[in-house]
Amino acid sequence: MTYHPVNPTLADPLPADALELLRSMYEIRFFEDEIMGLFSQNLVRGSTHLCQGQEAVTVGVCSALSPGDTMTCTYRGHGAVLAMGAPLDRAFGEILGRAGGLCGGKGGSMHLADVSVGALGSNAIVGGHLPTTVGAALAASYRGTSEVSVAFFGDGSTNIGAFHESLNLASIWKLPAIFVIENNQYGEYSTLASTTPIERLSDRAASYGMPGVFVDGNDVIAMRSATKTAVERARAGEGPTLIEADTYRHSGHSRSDPAKYRPEEEVKSWFARDPIVQLRNAIEASGGADAAAEVERTAHTDVDAARDLALTWPEPELSAGMEHIYS
Amino acid sequence: MSDTLNYRQVIARAIADEMREDPDVFMIGEDIGAAGGAFKTAAGLFEEFGPRRVRDTPISEQAIVGAALGAAIMGLRPVAEIMFADFAGVCYDQIVNQVAKHRYMTGGQVTVPLTIRMANGAGTGFAAQHSQAGENWFLNVPGLKIVVPATVEDLYGLLRGSIRDNDPVLFFEHKGLFSVKGTVPTGDAAVLPLGVASVVREGSDITIVATQQMRHRSVEAAEALAAVGIAAEVIDPRTLIPFDDAAVARSLAKTSRLLVVQESPQDGSWGASLVSRMTTQHFTLLDAPPSLLSSPDSPVPYAGVLEDAWLPSVDAIVARAKELVAF
Ligand SMILES: Cc1ncc(C[n+]2csc(CCOP(=O)(O)OP(=O)(O)O)c2C)c(N)n1
Ligand SMILES: [Mg+2]
Repeated sequence: MTYHPVNPTLADPLPADALELLRSMYEIRFFEDEIMGLFSQNLVRGSTHLCQGQEAVTVGVCSALSPGDTMTCTYRGHGAVLAMGAPLDRAFGEILGRAGGLCGGKGGSMHLADVSVGALGSNAIVGGHLPTTVGAALAASYRGTSEVSVAFFGDGSTNIGAFHESLNLASIWKLPAIFVIENNQYGEYSTLASTTPIERLSDRAASYGMPGVFVDGNDVIAMRSATKTAVERARAGEGPTLIEADTYRHSGHSRSDPAKYRPEEEVKSWFARDPIVQLRNAIEASGGADAAAEVERTAHTDVDAARDLALTWPEPELSAGMEHIYS
Repeated sequence: MSDTLNYRQVIARAIADEMREDPDVFMIGEDIGAAGGAFKTAAGLFEEFGPRRVRDTPISEQAIVGAALGAAIMGLRPVAEIMFADFAGVCYDQIVNQVAKHRYMTGGQVTVPLTIRMANGAGTGFAAQHSQAGENWFLNVPGLKIVVPATVEDLYGLLRGSIRDNDPVLFFEHKGLFSVKGTVPTGDAAVLPLGVASVVREGSDITIVATQQMRHRSVEAAEALAAVGIAAEVIDPRTLIPFDDAAVARSLAKTSRLLVVQESPQDGSWGASLVSRMTTQHFTLLDAPPSLLSSPDSPVPYAGVLEDAWLPSVDAIVARAKELVAF
């Protein structure tokens, strides 16, 4: 696997906020582990799509954003919404269907949103949110302000019409949008190769006249670095960028998928490149072992406390069902 | 010879039986190959018929439906799968502007023997973008037939009937009924024609018309009503286009009271259309204003308490029926 040169990376001296990135990734990892647990206790309804293994993508990208920037994502979006700064307890509350959840319990696992931190919405229709990010970028361009909008989506989503229409429109209008493919190698149970005739999804950028960058999605520093370049370009009015993050989901597509279709060797090699372990190793190598251990401990405690708190919250009042249909 | 299967399993059985008889029948959809479908409704078909006839696609609903149309006008009989009925929104143009009108616009030069299967309905905690009653979106589009089976026997017979039909059929499989069991007779005798209602339970005091999940709740309600001396007749139209108005009118000639129960908001729904037709065409049969028991005019909420309240309950059906009988 060759990645386009993106500097700096984990191989270089670490940035001052490395522990902050580690904390954010641990929180997402533990959050997802807890959701899995709550699901098996029947406390989560419908389906749930977890992102363990992909934390470096969302944390790296979102750490390059500024207040006012916005983000849209998919049903596999718990990590992205938390990386934008949504509170853990209200994220738990939403997935548990509680009144105190981010969306009052009306959205659920596939629809986390916290507009106050720029998380505009998680979408359960593949490709459905890419035009929304184009529109959020259009709003900034229209008003002459500097906010950018990021859309996260999967490798499989690059075969739906909305992907192509969105990239084309964002490019001709030079909108401050950043399109991030979380290439976790599978769309549901299908390999990328079985649904897509090219190997490098970032090559698709060429048809839309924008840069396409292929990045090690398990390297949080490389992800941030690539995003910074895209943000600068966007804010300078030069238009969108397509970033392909090479990564892997540790679990199956959704709660009911044991992911038996993945070769054992492949799974092993990706687990050996766990994005959290890689960052932690780099921190330890630069003398931060104790601090890293402390970050892990507090992340765990914080996630557990948030879960316990959300579990005490009541279910929504029945009248809530008829609220927020119109303004 | 007959087998006990559940609603989910009988889908693959019906398709396989048609595929064995007619080499022009093939399947096209996402993850229907080795994975056997997102709901395992295509289990075993790939193994038996191979990749030429069980065709996995990228996530490209417009191309799935449009390609099925092209193949159909060339004389093949595609069975296309749209994983959730909600995703019909992504390919609405192909269904309503292309599939529905091709025969008409060519002055009858072609037929469109195409079946589009979709998983339908609420009650399983999948939230607003994965729970809708999609059948109502297509009622106003002449050229389409609409099938809404509630039992294993009906699903088997109507799916085979749909594949044999020379017009485009939208075939809705209710997610809430996947584990309902039934007995499947094999052979051509089990194939059902479209447009014939089933009188599920006879009665002389009130006619209850319902489909899919609501048909089962209406039968439960009828049992409760029987206990208080009200004889309800339950009719399942099974197909919405064509609709067996005569069966409902025959029942009204006995009962003079009409209650329609549906899982969806009231406007633009099959229930509203039925009430309208019965009122305008069979006014003299009625001794009470017809009643339409629907879901509230809101999207399907995620939280369990809210989704439960959104769906018409057995108690609500009983209460509404009592009101009508007392009118
Ligand atoms: C329009 C549409 N078609 C199909 C689906 C069903 N579906 C949900 S996730 C998924 C796979 C998406 O794969 P990818 O884009 O790679 O994202 P990942 O799940 O791997 O993060 C599919 C087909 C959907 N939600 N929306
Ligand atoms: Mg993927």
